[in-house]
Amino acid sequence: MADRLHVATRKGLFELARGGGRWEVAEAQFLGDPVSAVLADAEGVVYAALDLGHFGAKLWRRDAGGAWRELAAPAFPPKPADDEADPHPWSLGKIWVLEPGGVPGCLWAGTMPGGLFRSDDRGQSWSLNEALWHMPERRQWAGVAGGEQPGIGSVLVDPRDPSDIRIGVSTAGVWASTDEGRSWRNINRGMYAEYMPPELREEPIAQDVHRLARCAAHPEIVWCQHHNGVFRSKDAGATWHELTAIRPSKFGFAVAAHPRDPETAWFVPAVKDERRVPVDGEVVVARTRDGGHSFEVLRNGLPQHHAYDLVWRHALAVDDSGERLAMGSTSGGLWISEDGGDSWMMPEMRLPPIAAVRFAPV
Amino acid sequence: MPTVSFTRALARFLEAPSAEVDGDTVGEALVAVFASRPALRGYVLDDQGALRRHVAVYVNGRLVSDRVRLSDPVGASDEIHVFQALSGG
Repeated sequence: MADRLHVATRKGLFELARGGGRWEVAEAQFLGDPVSAVLADAEGVVYAALDLGHFGAKLWRRDAGGAWRELAAPAFPPKPADDEADPHPWSLGKIWVLEPGGVPGCLWAGTMPGGLFRSDDRGQSWSLNEALWHMPERRQWAGVAGGEQPGIGSVLVDPRDPSDIRIGVSTAGVWASTDEGRSWRNINRGMYAEYMPPELREEPIAQDVHRLARCAAHPEIVWCQHHNGVFRSKDAGATWHELTAIRPSKFGFAVAAHPRDPETAWFVPAVKDERRVPVDGEVVVARTRDGGHSFEVLRNGLPQHHAYDLVWRHALAVDDSGERLAMGSTSGGLWISEDGGDSWMMPEMRLPPIAAVRFAPV
Repeated sequence: MPTVSFTRALARFLEAPSAEVDGDTVGEALVAVFASRPALRGYVLDDQGALRRHVAVYVNGRLVSDRVRLSDPVGASDEIHVFQALSGG
């Protein structure tokens, strides 16, 4: 089981280590700076994306046993002078998610304003996935709620085949490439958008895919926390079935998939989109162990009285064992479970608002 | 030669000492600085070479007017200051 946890917050990156049954901060880095994404790979390398208010998005790496150093951040190519129709800026807004590419040295970065970037040298250099960026449909991508820029918030690489990739976009549905990113299709069917006019309700590109999570051992199983519902796909994101049994509500941002059991996943429901707080002021996790037919509401160890913590897209994580989970909130709450969500503990610390949590692979 | 100096807020991330550089415009002066300190560029300019939204550049105490092409002229004795704008928080 993982005994290292990286917590990306509004004011720094915190590395927690487990010892004697307790989780404690082993290192605090980038204190005062917003950290938008973090990734720890199997070689002990940690990547952190900063979202500096004045100076833009930055990327740093710490090698195993080494010191942090800055890498070149992904950057967009020059925008053609005659292209005035693109509603989105050709400039990096924020690195929203970092994922390993499945081959040594390869990384993917999902960003705002909707650019997907790839590195083949452990983040030293990056190139925009031009095939996706130049698709005419990309200009129809809508912004993340409260912002103007679309964001790629999920990148799923098939563990069996690194050329097979799915991305989830807020707001543009699920996109697939089966040729290492050389071509892309908007594949999702079966989702619906309550926030769209009736004639556009089922349009694949109109779906606000808050977060995707894939079962590592059964990659065809993908779970989705959508803007207005929870969905599951058995064909790697092509067709989706709504999981109406979700409780206590169907709105939320985060989802985590069990690494081996295709029937198990965790969600963190909130009231609804126009009231983004836990139902009845009680922080709970919804867990299904039967493919979404039913859900248990887990609350042991979580605040149950006037708690207004919201858990963002990347702030729920499960380790490779499927037993340890971590969850961080907009109020800086951090909870860890070592029994699959049955019970949760809150380490003794008061953290800044949490954007992402990530276990280091064992 | 114009002088370019940078907010001390950058010191947390990288070295950004003042420099006397060649250049007849703000853009040319910045290019000259970035030639020797390429990592600094991304802190000041966006991917298209415009000033970042929350970065402010002054020439002799006056905000530059062209934030996109950086064409404001500068003279040999001018002082260019690169600061963070309070708009960024």
